[in-house]
Amino acid sequence: MDKIDTGGMRRFATLALQLGTSTKTNDKLEALEAYFREAADADKVWVIALFSGRRPRRAVTTTQLWEWCRELTGLPAWLFEESYHTVGDLAETIALLLPEDAQVENRQSLAHYLQRLMRLGAEDDTGKKAFILDCWATMNKDERFVFNKLITGGWRIGISQQTVVNALARTTAEEASVVAHRISGDWDPGSTSFAALLSGGGEDLSRPYPFYLAYALEDDLSAPGRPDEWQAEWKWDGIRGQLIRRGDRLYLWSRGEELITDKFPEYQDFLQRLPAGTVLDGEIIGLGSRAVAGALPFVVLPFAALQTRIGRKNISKKHLNEVPVGFIVYDLLEFGGEDWRNKPLTDRRRQLESIVTAAAHPLLQLSPVIAFDNWEQLAAIRATAREHGSEGIMLKRKTSIYQVGRKRGDWWKWKIDPLVIDAVLVYAQKGHGRRSNLYTDYTFAVRAGDQLMTFAKAYSGLTDKELAEVDAFVKKNSLEKFGPVRTVKPELVFEIAFEGIAASSRHKSGVALRFPRIARWRRDKGPEDIDTLDTLKKMLAMYGKQTPSAT
Amino acid sequence: MPLIESTENGLYCAQGQFYIDPWRPVDKAVITHAHSDHARAGSASYLCHRLTLPLLELRLGPHAYQAVEWGEVVYLNGVRVSLHPAGHIIGSSQVRVEHRGEVWVASGDYKTEDDGLSGAFEAVPCHVFITESTFGLPIYNWKPQPELLVSMEEWVRTNAAKDRTSVLIAYSLGKAQRVLAGLAHVVQPIYLHGAVYNVHTALQRAGIPLPEALRVMPDMPKGLFRGKLVIAPPGAEGSSWMRRFGEYALGICSGWMQVRGNVRRRNADAGFAMSDHADWKGLLAAVDATGAERLLVTHGFQAVLARYLSEKGIEAGEVRTEYGEDEETAGAATEESDSAASGLDSAAGEGGLDSATEEGGLDSATGEGAANGQD
Repeated sequence: MDKIDTGGMRRFATLALQLGTSTKTNDKLEALEAYFREAADADKVWVIALFSGRRPRRAVTTTQLWEWCRELTGLPAWLFEESYHTVGDLAETIALLLPEDAQVENRQSLAHYLQRLMRLGAEDDTGKKAFILDCWATMNKDERFVFNKLITGGWRIGISQQTVVNALARTTAEEASVVAHRISGDWDPGSTSFAALLSGGGEDLSRPYPFYLAYALEDDLSAPGRPDEWQAEWKWDGIRGQLIRRGDRLYLWSRGEELITDKFPEYQDFLQRLPAGTVLDGEIIGLGSRAVAGALPFVVLPFAALQTRIGRKNISKKHLNEVPVGFIVYDLLEFGGEDWRNKPLTDRRRQLESIVTAAAHPLLQLSPVIAFDNWEQLAAIRATAREHGSEGIMLKRKTSIYQVGRKRGDWWKWKIDPLVIDAVLVYAQKGHGRRSNLYTDYTFAVRAGDQLMTFAKAYSGLTDKELAEVDAFVKKNSLEKFGPVRTVKPELVFEIAFEGIAASSRHKSGVALRFPRIARWRRDKGPEDIDTLDTLKKMLAMYGKQTPSAT
Repeated sequence: MPLIESTENGLYCAQGQFYIDPWRPVDKAVITHAHSDHARAGSASYLCHRLTLPLLELRLGPHAYQAVEWGEVVYLNGVRVSLHPAGHIIGSSQVRVEHRGEVWVASGDYKTEDDGLSGAFEAVPCHVFITESTFGLPIYNWKPQPELLVSMEEWVRTNAAKDRTSVLIAYSLGKAQRVLAGLAHVVQPIYLHGAVYNVHTALQRAGIPLPEALRVMPDMPKGLFRGKLVIAPPGAEGSSWMRRFGEYALGICSGWMQVRGNVRRRNADAGFAMSDHADWKGLLAAVDATGAERLLVTHGFQAVLARYLSEKGIEAGEVRTEYGEDEETAGAATEESDSAASGLDSAAGEGGLDSATEEGGLDSATGEGAANGQD
């Protein structure tokens, strides 16, 4: 096919539109493939970067964007806000409000805009404004939308990274796993060429391997087969991480493909204790120092403890002492500089054990293997998971190689049933994206004496049909309106499921829940039937004990 | 005493003893257009435009009807009443009411762009203008119809190239005819859902020139629709009626498609922001052209439009009606008036929200959970 239009930003906006609306994975794949065949190399590199979570640092604040848009449109602030709450996305609101599409044909490349955005942070507000206004003036609605999205971030493109990898694999005739590895790691889209990126040229010591992900095992144990073919471990509720020691450097990657080495300075201790050319797969998790007589050589802290460490720019000594973060290792991907992923799990595990034992560091722990003879026995052990601060069991076939992405068959996660509580809906807010202009973001309350106490927000778990029903209820039964939030007559009861509970001084209820979501709508229950704050406190006493007092 | 006021039965002119688009049966009903939330059965007598008459007969059955031309004057108990083109759908009219030198105009539903079928909207000078506000937010500005038709045409051709059926969701009275007339040159034959077909034949009998089209019949083989265009009402969306098309692409024609989230929520492959209602600019232009001293804003974003106009120095208030549901439910599900509730649409369900998808769950998972834990 001819290179019809390498037309930069316009071509990219078309791609984003195709990916955003197409409902068939194959159509998305084709759209991406066509893009990778047609677009200019520099733009392709940026698309790979953007679609794998690499974005330029935000140079313009959202407040600036909306002020400039208001200036151009002359709309009052309240009307701008009203529009925003209906659209549910700032970038899109601005794209819709700006006057007429530009009549000039915009031929600038995507790379051009991104390079400018990268440098924009250094310019003063006058320069920033001039640039943004000039861009808006030369773009159509779709281009403005993607351009604004590049600035505001938070873009759900509607495709998985795997789809990007597959499309690239088709266009470059490479194996998908090879492509996945090449586009991961610490590369700069501003200075990397498409050819260099995909030929794997250039030594990048930090480059991680794609993670192997497990499928959920429902309670049907016929899937795994014979117990002796399987290795069982606890499933930890921390952050999946890949720890790399290559050369004289240590790198830590999160599963979100983010280099987070600096967030966990305690890991630098491991540098001299791990042989060069070692890559470990494991869990980043708070480790308590209390020695408890039990089956495990360590005590894990609830996720809430780890949360106090994530998102902090500077880690003080105090933080390090209060929430020491360890690494529970469960796999070995590279040893002696050699890729070990195609060796069977048993071999990788044997070598892993000797590495961790030799390292002998209290924050570097081996994920214990659970001994079991039959599935009933393992089910009984699984039922005790919460006591160990674990959320279930991982099952890995002993002969399995370390695969790429989520694959069925060799790795299973077998989680324990969530904790549940019945609560009443008290606040509702309009959602975003495909839930825009629908009240889909809810706050729930339990009973505390004759009062209602809010304790959790939940956004997921209802079908579209149920959402529409709740939305209609909210609109008919609003008591008050605070900006985008509506207070709702406390009438609808839902069963809220969550994975864990911890004490929290930040929440009025005194508890923070892990992964709260709506398990089901209890149409059979009224607000008089909901659970109480006491129930939550009892759960906290049973399962939230290990939280350090500092949080 | 106001010339028109909101009562429990509907908008009422006490001096003339008639109602405009009443939502309960009354003695005398003046009907702006044939959509089901504006034209309800059971009233003793009806006054409407000549082209609305066959549609009322189709939808409401036999009643005492009086049909008039645009601009034709009728006196109802001494009040001077005339109908004027509203540009919303075929036959749609604004109601001009004059009594002792005071003129009020009730817009019903209207759009200011001439779609080539419904008659061009006429700005009628008046003292008080009762305006709708379905799309009364500045984010709603439509592309011109020719431009929208070009993008629909491209979409239909792309689908045809992949041997897919294009299913366009459009209200059976209004947009269905616009789409049919606008795309007849692209692909032949065009197939219509039963509800659309009934309206189609009623309009043809009334002498409206429309391109020929075929009704989708139960015994038609699947392969027949490949690469072709089907026009169906929102009630058909997500219903089992759609299964007969095998691999099809779903396109939705609706003003709500202006916002991306709505396209995704309805799981559509394409959204075309085409509406039979005025967009933001259209509303403001109409208000301005009437020269009205006072505005009464009804069904839609009435609070927003009323406040905006008030701040511009125009006296504006809100009026309660039962057209098109309330401010926001209109946006969510029922949208513009014509829905499966008309009784003609054989497909069940009321709108696009039925087709549950798994994406809602995934959204929140990627937000928080996915990066955490070994999974």
